[in-house]
Amino acid sequence: MSRWEKLKRNPRAAWAAFILIAVLLAVLPFLADTLLSRSWVRIIDFVLLYIILALGLNIVVGFAGLLDLGYVAFFAVGAYLYALLASPHFGIHLPFWALLPLGAGVTCIFGVLLGAPTLRLRGDYLAIVTLGFGEIIRIFLNNLNAPINITNGPQGVNKIDPVSFGGFSLNQSHQLFDINFPSVHNYYYLFLALTILVIFISMRLQDSRIGRAWVAVREDEVAAKAMGINTRNIKLLAFAMGASFGGVGGGLFAGFQGFISPESFTLIESIMILCMVVLGGMGNIAGVVLGVVLLVVLPEALRYIGPFEQALFGRVIVDPADLRMLIFGLALILVMLFRPAGLLPSTIRKREFEAEDEVEAQNGARA
Amino acid sequence: MTLLEARSVSKHFGGLLALDEVNLSLQNGEIYGLIGPNGAGKTTLFNVLTGLYSPDHGEFFFNGEKLIATKPHMIAERGIARTFQNIRLFGNMSALENVMVGRHVRTRAGVIGAVLRDARTREEEDGIRSRAFALLQYVGIAEYANNLSSHLSYGDQRRLEIARALATEPKLLALDEPAAGMNATETAGLKKLLEIIRGDGVTILLIEHDVKLVMGLCDRVAVLDYGKKIAEGSPQQVQRDPAVIEAYLGGV
Amino acid sequence: MDIFLQQIINGIVLGSVYALVALGYTMVYGILGLINFAHGEVVMIGAMVALAVINALSGTALPGPVIVLLGLMVAMPTCMALGYGIERIAYRPLRHAPRLAALITAIGVSIVLQNSAMIIWGRQYITFPPLLPSKPHFVAGAAISDLQIFIVLLAALIMVGLLFLVHRTRLGRAMRATAQNAEVAGLMGVNINTIISITFIVGSALAAVAGLMVSGYYGLAHYYMGFSLGLKAFTAAVLGGIGNLGGAMLGGLLLGIIESLGAGYIGQLTGGFLGSNYQDVFAFFVLILVLVFRPSGLLGERIAERA
Repeated sequence: MSRWEKLKRNPRAAWAAFILIAVLLAVLPFLADTLLSRSWVRIIDFVLLYIILALGLNIVVGFAGLLDLGYVAFFAVGAYLYALLASPHFGIHLPFWALLPLGAGVTCIFGVLLGAPTLRLRGDYLAIVTLGFGEIIRIFLNNLNAPINITNGPQGVNKIDPVSFGGFSLNQSHQLFDINFPSVHNYYYLFLALTILVIFISMRLQDSRIGRAWVAVREDEVAAKAMGINTRNIKLLAFAMGASFGGVGGGLFAGFQGFISPESFTLIESIMILCMVVLGGMGNIAGVVLGVVLLVVLPEALRYIGPFEQALFGRVIVDPADLRMLIFGLALILVMLFRPAGLLPSTIRKREFEAEDEVEAQNGARA
Repeated sequence: MTLLEARSVSKHFGGLLALDEVNLSLQNGEIYGLIGPNGAGKTTLFNVLTGLYSPDHGEFFFNGEKLIATKPHMIAERGIARTFQNIRLFGNMSALENVMVGRHVRTRAGVIGAVLRDARTREEEDGIRSRAFALLQYVGIAEYANNLSSHLSYGDQRRLEIARALATEPKLLALDEPAAGMNATETAGLKKLLEIIRGDGVTILLIEHDVKLVMGLCDRVAVLDYGKKIAEGSPQQVQRDPAVIEAYLGGV
Repeated sequence: MDIFLQQIINGIVLGSVYALVALGYTMVYGILGLINFAHGEVVMIGAMVALAVINALSGTALPGPVIVLLGLMVAMPTCMALGYGIERIAYRPLRHAPRLAALITAIGVSIVLQNSAMIIWGRQYITFPPLLPSKPHFVAGAAISDLQIFIVLLAALIMVGLLFLVHRTRLGRAMRATAQNAEVAGLMGVNINTIISITFIVGSALAAVAGLMVSGYYGLAHYYMGFSLGLKAFTAAVLGGIGNLGGAMLGGLLLGIIESLGAGYIGQLTGGFLGSNYQDVFAFFVLILVLVFRPSGLLGERIAERA
């Protein structure tokens, strides 16, 4: 019996756990601010942002089984759309409430446009074509400053309008009940709300007619077709949904940072998001969240290597910034070697492993 | 009344003529056997019928209408469901979920319904689940509803594939060697199941190597050899047909 | 000077290097069905090791070509050992795991190699000392240097050798059998583990040569060079039809030529709208077009859906 089922049977414990988590999430930025530092609140904001992105990619890769290596393209489109429509670059300043759905809608269309030519491709061919699309979009962003200046090229777009609701700008500190809410805290609550929404949508989709159709396509496309699933549409739907999550994430990123440039949207970024999805446990929402937390927090935590070296050897032997990524790479390898299905395999995979154990136990008993 | 009619259907792969002007007609409610030596074109006929391949020429008429839709999912929607020779279940889904996927084509909920989970969607979802469970009971594997389909025994996987196909509410059920790899008891059970399915008004097109099963079950049988239909008739007629005997024993 | 001919020549030189690297990708893919994401980094390590030796010896009285050869003699075994080690440690334990798991370890290996190289050799560009004759010959108005000629000839020689190995020797037959069906090959007495190791070793040897070539051609090496080179080479392998040796060669040459021509003419083609900084777009665009119309690459088998 899983822990989840135990909780279900004990509603009081479930409520207690739920309330505990809710309270923890509510005070998290203040905790991090006091116990660690203000920059950690910012890191937590990024964790939330990446959860939105990773859950989008999870629909494409985890649910529908389409290996997309160009996911960052949608992140980029969402970010640039926001930046160009809410900055002095064109002198357009659309409000946030209009930009968010617009971003989701436009990237959704991009998802279908980029997805459509790839529908006939299998696994790795799909991967390389999506990778190509990602690179093409980045190169265009990098170069569309001439002859007409659309993206401002490698310099990127700055002075992007912060997220604000009416006159309430998230970029300023606000006093509420004598508590001071600095900018990063404000963004935390916005991102948290949207992250919960995205998690909710993901969970609902997973356990639905559409979600089952995605998994069916992932498991056996021919059989899925024979069961009456229009695989073309269902794949395009996965691309579109994934892309729109990416677009929302991009818009939030632009408003949060106030500055974007093509450098933020390289292939490495796509790969990192893919690692988050796979490392935690592809197809499993909790796994994806865990993967994001680890991969965003780990490199930051590894910044403490410098003082550690100092303490251990009396001096800094290797520049901690260099060592950081090295350890990060090693961690990726080790996790996959010891947990090939991810840290939290999707429930169905776990069920499979458990069932295998049962089979083995039975065989053992028979022998 | 005729349910399915194939009119001079041909299909070749490179130089190999896999189907050569094949004509068939299936009556409503019958069990129609399709037999022939290995490589005779039986599975190719299935694949052409279910839209995986398009025929070079010839056409199918189903339920009085021409089957213009060539995409597999449209065929399923029209009421033809199939199983596969080398079982193709969704391995990482439970038995119940496999059958639930079969309900896809008869249900409507989209993204918005899935997210909002409104009354209509909930009702539909409940319907999918209970129907799928009922089908598992129907084929006799309800006790494994929550097991991963890849962990069922071979015979149960065949049954699950049939349940999944039935979930699409087919008028015609096309089974590609459903008894392959089954022992005598399992085959007998399968025979009983197919008779029940027919009794419930589903026409069955059956590819099978197990001659005893075909002879005991089918109302009519067609024999394919090198892509050509060489005989058609009742099992007894076909069994005595010299061309059939030649096809099966000729090369030896 | 004839720009068209010049771009073709540059394209063939660049394409030869791409082809060598692409062969490494395609051999591994053919046998394991795995994108060896770390292959580009093996090329980089080859270049770095060779350059370290070459720079250490460049003050001595040894003649230039000998020094370069010595660099290669050190770089090749290093890369071969590296390729062998990567397969043993990061891929072999995952042979029966979900495919994406191996892709992630491959990414992990590239990150590790890249950052190790950065720690060892630093972040700066490492220059290739002027040891080789670089006086250009002029053919029909286009310039071609000895080095360029040498790169193309050596690449051609290696490819012929590889084709001979794969199609005419016992070892090659075992490799092809493993690529077709590893399980059956194993039953027939082929030691699959050995074959896979050899595949990685051969591919890595080619990577070392390619690394030396590319650093000699551009006159420098950098810890980050493996990434984009690997990406281009993988693109070339897919373009030709991954898993197919001839395809990798064709894809490499085509990509090199397309890129050079694209860089030379993209401005004219688009009426000055797009500059030569779009050359990578050109390469990817061609790739996407090819795959959309031939989903298995130029020389790949057409795989019909099997039911």
